[in-house]
Amino acid sequence: MTTMTIAKAINEGLRATLANNPRTLLMGEDIGPLGGVYRVTDGLIREFGADRVVDTPLAESGIIGTAIGLALSGYRPVCEIQFDGFVFPGFNQITTQLAKMHSRSNGNLTVPVVIRIPYGGGIGSIEHHSESPEALFAHTAGLRIITPSNPHDAYWMIQQAVDCLDPVIVFEPKRRYWLKGDVDTDAPGRSADPFAAHVLRAGTEATVVAYGPLVPVALAAANAAAEDGHSIEVIDLRSISPIDFDTVTDSVRKTGRLIVAHEAPTFGGIGGEIAARVSERAFHSLEAPVIRVGGFHMPYPVAKVEEDYLPDIDRILEALERALSY
Amino acid sequence: MGATHLPSTEFDGLDVDDQLEAQAEAVLGAPDAPMVQLLSPEGTLGTDPVFSEYAARLDAAKLRGFYADMAKIRRFDVEATALQRQGQLALWVPLTGQEAAQIGSGRASQPQDYIFPTYREHGVALTRKVDLAELLRQFRGVSNGGWNPKDTNFHLYTLVLAAQTPHAVGYAMGIQRDQKLAAARAAAGGTGPERQAPKAAVMVYFGDGASSEGDVHESMVFASSYNAPVVFFCQNNHWAISVPTAVQTRIPLSNRAKGYGFPGIRVDGNDVIAVHAVTEWALERAREGKSPVLIEAFTYRVGAHTTADDPTKYRGSEEEAQWRAKDPLERLEKYLRAEGFADDAFFEQVRADGDELAAYVRKTTHDLETPDIRTAFANTYAEAHPLIAEELAWFEDYSAGFADEAGAGGSGNQADTDGAAS
Ligand SMILES: Cc1ncc(C[n+]2csc(CCOP(=O)(O)OP(=O)(O)O)c2C)c(N)n1
Repeated sequence: MTTMTIAKAINEGLRATLANNPRTLLMGEDIGPLGGVYRVTDGLIREFGADRVVDTPLAESGIIGTAIGLALSGYRPVCEIQFDGFVFPGFNQITTQLAKMHSRSNGNLTVPVVIRIPYGGGIGSIEHHSESPEALFAHTAGLRIITPSNPHDAYWMIQQAVDCLDPVIVFEPKRRYWLKGDVDTDAPGRSADPFAAHVLRAGTEATVVAYGPLVPVALAAANAAAEDGHSIEVIDLRSISPIDFDTVTDSVRKTGRLIVAHEAPTFGGIGGEIAARVSERAFHSLEAPVIRVGGFHMPYPVAKVEEDYLPDIDRILEALERALSY
Repeated sequence: MGATHLPSTEFDGLDVDDQLEAQAEAVLGAPDAPMVQLLSPEGTLGTDPVFSEYAARLDAAKLRGFYADMAKIRRFDVEATALQRQGQLALWVPLTGQEAAQIGSGRASQPQDYIFPTYREHGVALTRKVDLAELLRQFRGVSNGGWNPKDTNFHLYTLVLAAQTPHAVGYAMGIQRDQKLAAARAAAGGTGPERQAPKAAVMVYFGDGASSEGDVHESMVFASSYNAPVVFFCQNNHWAISVPTAVQTRIPLSNRAKGYGFPGIRVDGNDVIAVHAVTEWALERAREGKSPVLIEAFTYRVGAHTTADDPTKYRGSEEEAQWRAKDPLERLEKYLRAEGFADDAFFEQVRADGDELAAYVRKTTHDLETPDIRTAFANTYAEAHPLIAEELAWFEDYSAGFADEAGAGGSGNQADTDGAAS
């Protein structure tokens, strides 16, 4: 067991994967000598060389598109998109090509491409550096989307993503890159289900589902609620596509109330999908409507007001209060 | 360059005012590109300082093979068009006029090369030995692909323009890496399943319209940056549906390669010998790791863009007639006859083979199996996926309900609510 940050854990996970599989390679802008703008690939080029840690031309469609070709020829490319808001030049390749290659080849071809995207706000950045576009990708069949919230998961999930035969997008909560935690590098983590949700805190009165950057917020809200005598269960979703609905529904059957929290706008978001599924599956267990806590229907606002935009402990507590009042 | 390098006429007669023309002239210099041609429309063979050597590799049997392929694919095209008219295909994308560009280039590839087509490369598919009936699956609406690319190293058609160009470069980068891994393994005294000799290259097809897409630019940048063994094969058939090439580019497309730092060659796309020579040269160059190459095959789409299109709305019949005079089959026929390489009997046989192919395609198209939607459930992901499993289970239950209806009555509900569960 060692303690490290999420950024370091991903770095170590990538290192392990590069060492284990000569057909893994990293591609992206500034990921070589600079080590990526968040230093997630720090030092890897020194260890594995420029053929395995590839500083690409500045071209997102080119990065994803050539990664598809590399995967078709038997490689396991791991692409870094520098920031959430810059994935869109590559959106066409991800949604029309990457997601569909397996199905349109009638299962004959696989394209095990991994795309890492630092996402979300809370770092006081400028336009296009704080977005949460996960729902746009989750809506596309053929892609898998995961998002770790702690260093242990970060270390293992990146390796599992590389092992997966399907394309996987890893949304990395950039404001948590410096969050420290224990990583058990000897755990049988690689074989665990990367798409399973984890119950982080047991409770009886309501369930809060969160993922990525909001997991610590949800835990803090649950702790605050506990001081007021409420017992709140917290689930880290970990995977956005597929979603582990069994774990969520089991929890709701126990607690009767559900809050889903994410940074992305609530409209058309993952929270709505979870609310709909849970009401289909566990309608009779619900004591209150499922309440979504998320961003507003606006472009991610300027940094000076992002605190009013981002769901925080109080917004989750307010939602809990509403749910508990039914 | 020799007299065989004909100037292009593409930029003549453009409807731009003189001032603009003068400006362009000043900035760009002479706007034509030399064009490699070996076999003239009259069927006489010229010489070229670089490519005659490649043409000399072709014996009578090979040339007859070129002709047979071109005739076959033209016959196939007629048949597929008829099948579409009869409602057997949802759409057809005819290639008539482009046979030399496709057969010449496809025949220049070797089995270990990997080809990324766009959606009109039926002739290239023929040279790669793809079953042409399988090729029709996509157009009949029974598959979004239709063949296994691993069988022939001929990738699936791609309908999003230019999206396949970066795939080709990535694939070529993979070949490069395979060679390095193999070398490292050999140096370590081991042997392995890595692709060793013969060396391979990748060829990717796209149109003059698609050349405007950003993906072409990005893939050329990648190809150049990593010196990937890839040949870009642009069929400039002069029209992107209804938009002429002049709207896509103000300079000959082959000239663009210079900006990326690799050779660009304009070849007479209706001259199968020149296309073959140029492509062979380019693929050899790529396989040797010397550089990527852009080939612009200067050709013409004689018919409609697709069976949904009406070319009379946007172009004159004189233009079509001009290009019909450059027909790739006729000029090779003239040459084969003049050289005594082929006689009436040969051309009779080719016609008979074409009819046989057409009959085969007609029959097999009717028989192309409509897949069960369960195959779509099965092929969306490579690994098990709970949402797919859940939706498939629902679908099975729902479908079973219809089967039961006559008897006990259906149970078509997604019966996973609390009420049903408890
Ligand atoms: C990204 C994209 N935009 C638009 C279309 C619709 N479309 C299909 S073919 C075509 C023209 C393509 O022309 P060109 O690249 O010259 O190829 P050609 O069909 O002439 O061989 C267009 C606009 C498409 N398939 N993909």
